[in-house]
Amino acid sequence: MDRIDPLLMQGNEAIARALIENGCVVATSYPGTPASEILSGVMSWQKAEGVAMHVEWAINEKVALEIAYAGSQSGLRTAVAMKQVGLNVASDPLMSAVYLGVTGGFIVISADDPGPHSSQTEQDSRLLAMLAKIPVLDPDSPGQAQELVALAFELSEEFQVPVMLRPTTRVCHACQDIQPAPVKKLGRTADFRKNPSRWAATPNFRYRLHLELNEKLARMAAYGPTAPRRLNPGARANKAIVASGAAAGHAREIMKNLGLWDNIPFFQVIQPYPLHSEFTTEILRDFDEILVLEETTGVIEMQLRDRDKVRGKLSGAVPEAGELLPELIEGIIAGFAGVTVPAVPQPPTGGGRRPTLCPGCPHRASFYAIKKTAPKGIYPSDIGCYTLGANLGGVDTVLCMGASVSQAAGFHHAYRVTGEERDVVATIGDSTFFHSGIPPLIDAVTQRSRFVLVILDNATTAMTGNQPTPAVPLAGGVPVEISSVVEGCGVRFCKTGDPLDLPGFTRLVKEAVEFARKDSVAVVIAKSPCLVDRNRPKLQRDQVEIDVTCTGCKVCTSQFECPALVFDEATKKVTTDLLICSGCGVCMDVCPSRSIKPREEKP
Amino acid sequence: MNNQQLIISGVGGQGILFITRLLAETAMAKGFHVLTSETHGMAQRGGIVISHLKVGDFSSPLVRPGQADGLLALKPETVPLHRHFLKQEGWIVANAPPLAIVEVAHPLSIMDADSLALTMGNPQSVNLMVLGRAIAESGRLFCTAAEVEEAIQRKLEMKKGPLDGAMAAFRAGLGATP
Ligand code: SF4
Ligand code: SF4
Repeated sequence: MDRIDPLLMQGNEAIARALIENGCVVATSYPGTPASEILSGVMSWQKAEGVAMHVEWAINEKVALEIAYAGSQSGLRTAVAMKQVGLNVASDPLMSAVYLGVTGGFIVISADDPGPHSSQTEQDSRLLAMLAKIPVLDPDSPGQAQELVALAFELSEEFQVPVMLRPTTRVCHACQDIQPAPVKKLGRTADFRKNPSRWAATPNFRYRLHLELNEKLARMAAYGPTAPRRLNPGARANKAIVASGAAAGHAREIMKNLGLWDNIPFFQVIQPYPLHSEFTTEILRDFDEILVLEETTGVIEMQLRDRDKVRGKLSGAVPEAGELLPELIEGIIAGFAGVTVPAVPQPPTGGGRRPTLCPGCPHRASFYAIKKTAPKGIYPSDIGCYTLGANLGGVDTVLCMGASVSQAAGFHHAYRVTGEERDVVATIGDSTFFHSGIPPLIDAVTQRSRFVLVILDNATTAMTGNQPTPAVPLAGGVPVEISSVVEGCGVRFCKTGDPLDLPGFTRLVKEAVEFARKDSVAVVIAKSPCLVDRNRPKLQRDQVEIDVTCTGCKVCTSQFECPALVFDEATKKVTTDLLICSGCGVCMDVCPSRSIKPREEKP
Repeated sequence: MNNQQLIISGVGGQGILFITRLLAETAMAKGFHVLTSETHGMAQRGGIVISHLKVGDFSSPLVRPGQADGLLALKPETVPLHRHFLKQEGWIVANAPPLAIVEVAHPLSIMDADSLALTMGNPQSVNLMVLGRAIAESGRLFCTAAEVEEAIQRKLEMKKGPLDGAMAAFRAGLGATP
């Protein structure tokens, strides 16, 4: 192959590229920030390089992991990608697969989100790697992520275990100039070798597998290619700094800026678990004080068994929550080295703006209808763009994927047994419904739970960048209708409406609420496409303008909250922001004085 | 030029990623290494979005407060939010109506890109106008207008309509009178 010029690649694209370069044949994922672009990257590199692969957006992370694992049991190189909370969903098959081991190299990519920027938790996937007893590699940049994918396949095949790659947001969503490597053609074909005592091991055999795994871990803690790297061999001191992941990238730059690079020995840990045993012994022998910088939990620190010499999260030297921003690391390193740095300019307190549903988003209309219909209701919701319905007072709880349905049932039963009837109206997105909303819906039917479930069906996985759903699969896939799934679950009320027709949709929600009060669970499918879905033609609709009859009552700006409607303090009337109004027209039905009209003059 | 560190900010939907990557690609075409950091996920829905761009030799994708050479603000409100990233001599280029921003410590160039974008019938092009405005202040950015235009050309060569719109917007920013 001709040498390709360096390309600007996002960390996720670099990971995707490296999977293709190293002969990955099966790649699966469920979208979730910050991991979403890995699989779309695989799809475009696969196309560009013309390699035969099975690449799929799976229904959820558990299914994704199991599909990729079977590919590895068949001797192929495979990978599964997800965000850290997705790994919770996939942890059941992972824990077991580690005992059974792999045949072809198998990488579990779990992207963490210290901050958190776009997640429910700041959990550290490396802890889950410890729990599962698999090695985990922790890249500091897109370029290093590319390198570590290659290494992860080798490690996985050398020891026949799944290997975790744990990038964080600052790796996934950083871009760097990356030199693509040639694509290896491994020429393997699927070759599953039956061995029921291994692949279907019974508990007493699992004990032997566990002993084998422990023995593998000891050898992995001595595996040369993943050993910690001493990056400044010339530096001499009785102190040392140990770092991994994005924190290692920040630390290197800061040490150079502070003139410490030639003074304090710096070790970058590539494989935080299992930490190399020789390294552990030597560093504790050679230094009096060791600073450990890592995100988000003290995983390396825990394995450096000396509470007197080691400074980190457990010792209180490094914060245990939040992102380790470079300005924080600067202060910590300066304190550790005994140098002073100028005060860091502080950001202002307050200000900013909270995220909100897009102007014209159909979810806004759905929430408005729900609030109008069941003003005293409890509104469990779920994970997706519509979580932002919290701003509109349409979301009372958000727990985890699919929980809106089970929580709705839980609230119903809690009130019912203590002698009160309460309307419960839950919302869940289409992709989230498929991911984990179906079992609790069957449970609700079986248990005679009475609530309304509004499935916000915008025909895409919007929040993470418009990935397909089982109802709208990629070309070649077979669509599965939401309504037929709902009916198949035994639900007796299932009707579909368009939330952009606000009066009609409100009537439908009312009907559902009344049905749930006396009969059983009712499902309303709110069907209207996401506005930013690039896979659909852009709608041409008339923008709106507000006439002189506007009373300045602010119903449209405070209760409906379309960001394209702006209250003008000078005139005490509302105007339209024509840069962003999408012309959905719903505000015309929201305005009590009917002052909002389609705009005559076109921009 | 040695190293350059920039902050580009605004709200979700303004095309901040697009101009960040465009500048990164312009830098690569000049043989520089680049590192950027992007905002994805929840904040992209109309919340404050910020990109960090570092051109030269760096190992962290984030700009520390007090280190940025310049701030490109696509909304007036991100000037007070992000000016603490600037170093003492750092400059600001902002999309704002005349007199909307009061700034004494840093050199400020503004243009009313919102109005211009509406007049030009191209509401999605505020990002490139502000970039053009920044390039118009000579000697500030690591690249020239011609180098950015080449990068736009490469990025959009397959898409005639968007390419013409992008070029027109960039040039409008370039020619905007202060
Ligand atoms: S991306 Fe789509 S679903 Fe999400 S807020 Fe915007 S219109 Fe609504
Ligand atoms: S028509 Fe009304 S509700 Fe729809 S986007 Fe425009 S201002 Fe917002």
